[in-house]
Amino acid sequence: MVTTTAVEEELLRLAGSVPDPELPVLTLEELGVLRAVHVRGADSVEVELTPTYTGCPAIEAMSVDIERVLHEHGVREVSVRTVLSPAWSTDDISDEGRRKLREFGIAPPRGGRSSGPVTVTLGPTRTVTSEPELEPVRCPHCGSGDTELLSRFSSTACKALRRCLSCREPFDHFKEL
Amino acid sequence: MTPTVNTAAALALGDDALVLSHRLGEWAGHAPVLEEEVALANIALDLLGQARVLLSMAGDEDELAYLREERAFRNLQLVEQPNGDFAHTIARQLYFSTYQRLLYAQLASGDGDFAPLAAKAVKEVAYHQDHAEQWTLRLGDGTDVSHERMRQASEALWRFTGEMFQPIEGVDIDWDGMRAAWLDSVGSILRRATLPLPEGPQSGAWTAGAGRQGLHTEPFGRMLAEMQHLHRSHPGASW
Repeated sequence: MVTTTAVEEELLRLAGSVPDPELPVLTLEELGVLRAVHVRGADSVEVELTPTYTGCPAIEAMSVDIERVLHEHGVREVSVRTVLSPAWSTDDISDEGRRKLREFGIAPPRGGRSSGPVTVTLGPTRTVTSEPELEPVRCPHCGSGDTELLSRFSSTACKALRRCLSCREPFDHFKEL
Repeated sequence: MTPTVNTAAALALGDDALVLSHRLGEWAGHAPVLEEEVALANIALDLLGQARVLLSMAGDEDELAYLREERAFRNLQLVEQPNGDFAHTIARQLYFSTYQRLLYAQLASGDGDFAPLAAKAVKEVAYHQDHAEQWTLRLGDGTDVSHERMRQASEALWRFTGEMFQPIEGVDIDWDGMRAAWLDSVGSILRRATLPLPEGPQSGAWTAGAGRQGLHTEPFGRMLAEMQHLHRSHPGASW
């Protein structure tokens, strides 16, 4: 059994090294979507993957990429199973993943809070986030905490669109879920 | 060992998500601003993901979505209502996302078949409700024109809201408690948006429980024709 576990750990590492199809700076392991790898037979492996959002279309590309990588390493039969429970949270993104997101120009989710939308105050033309208990969303370009929300939804379901009021650059924010 | 999935309930919840997803998708290319187009498409995508999980619990997702006749759909009449102007879409979003958030929160706290999906989706729906709430406030407490349009929209769709609280067979939650919580939440948002709580009945004799029993309003047939046309004309088509 010990050898099996070692094999599974190695396979988990291989599958986890696959880059996210939409955020290629992150690996699936850093994104926290890879749940487990089980060896089912001599040449057969089952991988458990969880989606970030229920409707995330990237999950199909992820499955194909995992299958390819494991095939390349000699596993003949790979089945990727989608699991929903426990639900994925942005807290599952590793510290290294957060650092890479910031470098890529995406503000990482703030950790250690209950997920969900935050209260905002409406101005005539802009929304001002009022969340005194929370650290501000920092601009990934200049580091300023003086940023505003432009839209709760951005290029993908997991991101919100914000703008920095210091350097004026718009940026994506991986919103807390 | 595991009891069989409650297919009727999976269809009801799945059809709600599928039909509203399609309606929201109709905004693509037509939304007032680009950010809003992206937002509505993202909400539609979340709902489509939920629909796929739910319909797969009831059978083959493609067959259920594309090959059923109108009367076999179990969605609420509310979600099939046409987009109307932007205020109508927001009123529909406000009513439905508030309902869905409360429903999923209750399902997530149980240990039934729907708990895993509900626990995941309730976090997505929280953003949908927030989106609808912010727009309701902005339009209601905005200009005379936006206020008037939001008032008309919230009143026009009010008669479809009662159906949401007709118990779905086999879904063991506190329906009366949910109705009270829904009224409380929606009422508070409308009040802050300087909008009156609509006064009419929440259902007419002809709407009560109808969608859940397969009786739909006229625009639904046309929506289905568009949604199912490609699949029916070219079975098995893919790209």
